Amino acid sequence: MALTGLDIFKKLPKTNCGECGVPTCMAFAMKLASRQAEIDACPYVSDDVKAELSEASAPPVRKVTIGAGDYSFNIGEETVLFRHEKTFVNPAVFGVVIEDSADEATIVAKAKAAQGIEFERIEQKLRPHVVGVKAVSGSAEKFAEVVDKVVANTRLPLVLMAEDAAVLKGAVEKVKANRPLIYAADANNFSALAALAKEAGLPLAVKGATLEELADVSDKVTAAGVKDIVLAPPADGAAESLKDLVQIRRAALKQKFKPFGFPTITFTDGGDADMALATAGIQMMKYGGLIMLNELDPARIMPLVVLGQNIYTDPQKPMQMSQGIYPIGDPKEDSPVMITTNFSLTYFIVSGEIEASRVPTWLLVMDVEGLSVLTAWAAGKFVPEKIAQFIGKSEIAGKVKHQNLVIPGYVAQISGELEEEMQGWKITVGPREAGDLPHYLKSWSPN
Amino acid sequence: MPFTAPIETYSGRIVEVKIGVEPNVVTLGGENTFPLYGFEGEVPNKPVIAMEVYDNNPVDWVDAVKAPFADVLGDPAAWAVKCVKEYGAEMICLQLASTDPNGDNKSGDEAAATVKKVLDAVAVPLMVYGTDNAEKDSEVLPKVAAAAEGRNIALGPATEDNYKTVAAAAMGFNHNVVALTPCDVNLAKQLNILLTQLGLPHERVIIDPSTGALGYGLDYTYTIIERLKLAALQQGDEMTKMPVVANLGVEVWKTKEAKTGDTAEWGDQVTRAVSWEIMTAVSLATAGANLLIMRHPQAVAGVKKALGAFFK
Repeated sequence: MALTGLDIFKKLPKTNCGECGVPTCMAFAMKLASRQAEIDACPYVSDDVKAELSEASAPPVRKVTIGAGDYSFNIGEETVLFRHEKTFVNPAVFGVVIEDSADEATIVAKAKAAQGIEFERIEQKLRPHVVGVKAVSGSAEKFAEVVDKVVANTRLPLVLMAEDAAVLKGAVEKVKANRPLIYAADANNFSALAALAKEAGLPLAVKGATLEELADVSDKVTAAGVKDIVLAPPADGAAESLKDLVQIRRAALKQKFKPFGFPTITFTDGGDADMALATAGIQMMKYGGLIMLNELDPARIMPLVVLGQNIYTDPQKPMQMSQGIYPIGDPKEDSPVMITTNFSLTYFIVSGEIEASRVPTWLLVMDVEGLSVLTAWAAGKFVPEKIAQFIGKSEIAGKVKHQNLVIPGYVAQISGELEEEMQGWKITVGPREAGDLPHYLKSWSPN
Repeated sequence: MPFTAPIETYSGRIVEVKIGVEPNVVTLGGENTFPLYGFEGEVPNKPVIAMEVYDNNPVDWVDAVKAPFADVLGDPAAWAVKCVKEYGAEMICLQLASTDPNGDNKSGDEAAATVKKVLDAVAVPLMVYGTDNAEKDSEVLPKVAAAAEGRNIALGPATEDNYKTVAAAAMGFNHNVVALTPCDVNLAKQLNILLTQLGLPHERVIIDPSTGALGYGLDYTYTIIERLKLAALQQGDEMTKMPVVANLGVEVWKTKEAKTGDTAEWGDQVTRAVSWEIMTAVSLATAGANLLIMRHPQAVAGVKKALGAFFK
């Protein structure tokens, strides 16, 4: 059970020496409780207390790092079941499985696709994170050879998928510097795979035919000294895997069930491409960590990664666009100029309606710390003085030959004052709702 | 390793709302857990998909979603028949786009005539949705309610500004009300309080919490639905236990991702747009939506199959 700030305070020296960087022991305790500080910052607590506190403050789901360098990523560290409670921490990620029995063209194409697919959205780069290489051939040579081919075509970390330690060994040697995940130890092979993972210092996936068996293998692998574990729940298929993932997450958070205090790896086998997409999506929302697909079609990957972005945003912190001029539909010097705020949702809705109108428009997006128009105005961030400053600096004046600015209908009341602030500009009040923009823009004229 | 499955039981239950008349009735809600959590509770009714029909000819639509309806666009009755016969729709949602005062501004009488034609053409349950212009909907929806008498439709949107008129029309002709609020749990509760105070029974109300498409506010809708359901299930909140509708087709097909043609980076348009609709629908159903308003027949088929896996 996580300790409260008060529980932690009782174990601190209570000298308020400030050497930890926080003025009082109480304040430091509060920071520890909310995981904003490390106990190591206090030079005076005993090692016993340190051990006790770091144990208690360890997240109920362990963080596991896969990969090294630019393409490494973390999964795990989750503390809640619902995103409104306290934000999901490390976004679920996905990868593609390549079988070592596939023909060379398929192997190269999949590895290249995994490397090449990337979508930029709201200043994040969304992409596949791993490539799984699956030993189907049963030959260690073949497996190592395919691993070589994959590595030649992608820098992403790998998931080395085989049950036989002898098959895995050569491949592990080749790529261990890039910290692959070994998949997977089961009830039969766990000693050999745990030894392999421990020696190479790599994360190890564990699997079981039932949740009980999965817990058992997880426990045994932990006892063998492997710390970074990834759980592979038994079931395939959307419904069964949802049930397993819900139970694993709940067991970790609510029962503090140690064998399940790790992130997961799941598969989307069975069914057609739509079914695989839906299954991956459900795993993305409900407690998946590493989601493995069999195909990488950008037309299906894009909705999946955007779902991940949506679900893993902090519900308390709005997504923001960067401030600037957004030309929509190749606007010219006589095109309308509109302004809105940098709340990403506001931007998406407004820009979407402008696109729908087919009227090329200059959209000015002003940084108001991600608030919507009305909230930003109420907070004093979207007010005439600041808007005038922003417009002045924005260089929009050089792009158009008129001086007419359309403001959102929700802030109609500022139009007079804004006109005074912006000498020479005429302020026009646009519609309140974005949905009315197409109608409005079609009849807009600079005069 | 002993492991006790952490099964949760909730004290609350979502109200059942029935739309349509025998033998063509759909039932929304009735579950005492999340709709996809059948492993730990009772989910007597799977989420229902209603296919959209428009009362005008949607000339602005992209070809990717016009194509499946090419021979019926502009003829709502034929369109509804096609949805039922060819695409297996179990319910229809008639969107009264032509009544938009900023568009064709058709009258309530014209809308009522269209509703009648659609009702004569198909037997499946019907939802009829206005344009969310409170004033215009107040004129249109009472006429629709009268025209649909005896068919037990879902009628909306009722909003803070016109709920009395819409609820009175629905009660007068024995229909259900779809209560629309802008992305806020408390506003949704508040409108339900106002509606039930008028004498509208709980099992006559469907919550429309406002829908954001994937990438366009889906996170808000997702969390609002989860919170509505948690309040109903955990705390037995009377004012959040009505079924939830996600009016998603219209939002999905507005997005840039659905409207952009084939490109090397983004892939095939139809696959992408259909996947966008599937993902939006599946995620809102996972959060707890009981009724999904959808547009593309391929997306409808995909979602039906995906949700089917949870109801074997």
